[in-house]
Amino acid sequence: MTVYDITFYLFALITLGSAFFVVTIRNIVYSAFFLLFTLFGITGLYVLLSADFIAIVQLVVYVGGILVLLLFGVMLTHKITNVQIKSGTLQIIPSAIAVIVLAFALIKIFLSTNWKTFQLTAQNSSVQGLGVLLVNQYSVVFELLGILLLIALIGAASMARR
Amino acid sequence: MINITLYHYLIVSSVLFCLGIFGVITRKNAIMVLMGIELILNAANINFVAFARYGNFGNSGQLAALFVIILAAAEAAIAMAIVLNIYKTFTNINIDEIDTLKD
Repeated sequence: MTVYDITFYLFALITLGSAFFVVTIRNIVYSAFFLLFTLFGITGLYVLLSADFIAIVQLVVYVGGILVLLLFGVMLTHKITNVQIKSGTLQIIPSAIAVIVLAFALIKIFLSTNWKTFQLTAQNSSVQGLGVLLVNQYSVVFELLGILLLIALIGAASMARR
Repeated sequence: MINITLYHYLIVSSVLFCLGIFGVITRKNAIMVLMGIELILNAANINFVAFARYGNFGNSGQLAALFVIILAAAEAAIAMAIVLNIYKTFTNINIDEIDTLKD
């Protein structure tokens, strides 16, 4: 067991444990805060995979943006005086069985496939490589994503104001 | 010697994916369904980054993960606007009670 292994198991435990609470706990605000820990754990996994820029973007966009947006959604769609911020559940047992079967099938497929992997080598920061790719090979995708984000935000603002 | 292989990351991401599916199909509240979708997108992202690291694909896999994060941000904003409109119309966001298109 190296430090890398211990760190991986720690972050995987944080991720999966809090993801389990996200989907099972009844209070929506608690679920949102467990989602925070899940996203933090995934950030740690990205760092272990030496994807430093993705890890930072995950922190800034998910934890700083999307999670706050979800919390705003919880607060705006429940009257604050009405304490009952709970989420009902449907069909727990059949869906639990189906999901467990799906999980075993996925894991079996992943484990029985002989993926061609390479020996890991130390990597430098990926920021420079990502920047070069974004303005050369993927420049059209980059511009299209910018336009898409602008359209989506204008549409969301106009829809929410109506 | 590092014992963590690609398979470890794949198992973590498949379990995370299944937990997200479970959240999507069992929760009544629309915001909880959105949280399940975020879990599913994150599981896909872990796969992208893990394959990029272990399969020696350079940085393209990380770029795909970046695009997924951008699309998730757009999706969350639009979905939240839709949820607010639904709340204004029906005064609740339980997705099993919203079964009319227009009055």
